[in-house]
Amino acid sequence: MTHGIIHGHLPQVLVVRPPESFSLYQSQCSHKFHFLKAWESPLPLDQFLSTHARNVQAMLSCGIFPIKADLLCHLPSLRLVVTPSSGLNHIDLSECRRRGVTVAYAGSVASCDVADLAVGLRIDVLRKISVADRYVKQGLWASKTSYPIPLGSKLKGKRIGIIGLGSIGQEVATRFEAFGCSISYNSRKQKPSFSYPFYSSVFELATNSDALVICCGLSDQTHHLINKEVLLALGKEGVIINVGRGAIIDEKEMVQCLVQGDIGGAGLDVFENEPNVPKELFALDNVVLSPHRAAFTHETLASMRELAIGNLEAFFLNKPLLSQVMNN
Amino acid sequence: MDSITVLMTSPMSDYLENQLKDRFNLVKLWTYSSKTDFFKHNSHSIRAIVGNTKIGADAELIDSLPELEIVSSYSVGLDKIDLRKCQEKGIRVTNTPDVLTDDVADVAMGLMLAVVRRVCECDRFVRRGLWPKGDFRLTNKFSGMQVGIVGLGRIGSAIAKRAEAFGCPISYYSRSEKPETNYKYFSNIIDLAVNCQILVVACALTEETHHIVNREVIDALGPEGILINIGRGSHIDEPELVSALLEGRLGGAGLDVFENEPEVPEQLFGLENVVLMPHVGSDTVETTDAMADLVIKNLEAHFLKKPLLTPVV
Repeated sequence: MTHGIIHGHLPQVLVVRPPESFSLYQSQCSHKFHFLKAWESPLPLDQFLSTHARNVQAMLSCGIFPIKADLLCHLPSLRLVVTPSSGLNHIDLSECRRRGVTVAYAGSVASCDVADLAVGLRIDVLRKISVADRYVKQGLWASKTSYPIPLGSKLKGKRIGIIGLGSIGQEVATRFEAFGCSISYNSRKQKPSFSYPFYSSVFELATNSDALVICCGLSDQTHHLINKEVLLALGKEGVIINVGRGAIIDEKEMVQCLVQGDIGGAGLDVFENEPNVPKELFALDNVVLSPHRAAFTHETLASMRELAIGNLEAFFLNKPLLSQVMNN
Repeated sequence: MDSITVLMTSPMSDYLENQLKDRFNLVKLWTYSSKTDFFKHNSHSIRAIVGNTKIGADAELIDSLPELEIVSSYSVGLDKIDLRKCQEKGIRVTNTPDVLTDDVADVAMGLMLAVVRRVCECDRFVRRGLWPKGDFRLTNKFSGMQVGIVGLGRIGSAIAKRAEAFGCPISYYSRSEKPETNYKYFSNIIDLAVNCQILVVACALTEETHHIVNREVIDALGPEGILINIGRGSHIDEPELVSALLEGRLGGAGLDVFENEPEVPEQLFGLENVVLMPHVGSDTVETTDAMADLVIKNLEAHFLKKPLLTPVV
């Protein structure tokens, strides 16, 4: 007997907040699942869940809304959380484990896109592409009274320090190598299959790098991993690129370092308190800002959607999940 | 050697200017209010020209300097130098290859990523405070896009090597096929444009390559296609490019060079699928110094009757 079918109805999938392009989930799944849409109800969430979600066995996350004890306690029948994201910091994994709830995610489908943006941001900061685009589009090049934009810095030969050599970090490394950069990394554990130099401390990595690229997930261990000490070790010519999560960096310290010239520049796709971005950064030409779009291409969103739906289908058919988060 | 008079054609590098001043008797063309004034004072003393992509050495200038022995260009491009005239008169010509290859290739990649992933537009979006009002739209995936390169020389090859790391299949059109590469060769630029999603102009500007990207090529590239130019503005029929972009017949463009620099068609300023740079492909501290050093070394070698380092003629 398959999971969650009650009185011949379609299996229920709880959705607390809709993921991006939710209408496409609906159109693809209209004959597969019944989505229980909590945000459409006038009831407060707790009440909605106690009233309607007691028998729900599967949940589709939007990738941001926190899935922690205070939510899970209202879902006694929950067996599966599917998140369309690769990031898992919004989910309390140990609480899920404790309750016997399996988590499925997007694995590495977004890794190329995220790596592409990391490289794009780095080149932009170093070669001042956004600065140049602004300059030309404001008509300043032809103007006789404006100054030329300052020279950029050569990328070839620069030392790239990657934080987190998982799927994203590896794609970042491959790309920068083709530009003639040298790669070293810090990760939870050394990876012997890679010949890049390993640094057991982020501080050591920063001391020996011209740029730090953050490719790891956010956890208790990586919260504010990049602090003032690390930033000062990176130094006045150093650049920080963040395509991980905002809270991996002590944002207040980073802003101060940038404003004071203690580090050379930054390319940031993520922030501690999105969509709010520290206004001090808007005045800086050595900073490139991106509104958390590293994984958000049409192709990757479609892949994430397919994977999420595939995981839900597999679950209801008692088959192995496509991309289960393994406990490590 | 400060009895040797060298002409610098336009302000191109403070570092180079100082190096030239230290070693030679430096004459700066832009400090003269009129051509006649300039020629009256200098035509018989100038033995070397240091030119760049703005002002090189055309027939008129060469003919008016009877003591001219060498043109040392602060560029790799030679389109502003009358090479035939130099050859006829036995005037040596040098340029700055190799030292700027990586930087120019990096800008080509930066432009591709900026156009496809809307990097500059996203930066603008955040700075204008628009993010709290709603997310930026989805963009297209860059990795795996088919990249077509016009001109597989030093710079074209460096671009290919980088794009390969993103899983981009590489094809090219060049004067001759390069069997030592694995890239797919097309014998004409239309077929290349039909078969790629991003077309990169990386060849030298000559009579044959003037407007090599014309309406036909732009149409072949199509409404999803992207054009990147790090060559010379005159490689592309600029008015055709502008109308194609305005009418949506071309998907996007990343341009570091223009037909009539520093003039840039204003109709491009409001387009989010277009990224514009003011001819800064080789403008890094490291490379501009290396280019200047090469110019100086070539001049010194010439006047010391030693072999030139990077001769063209």
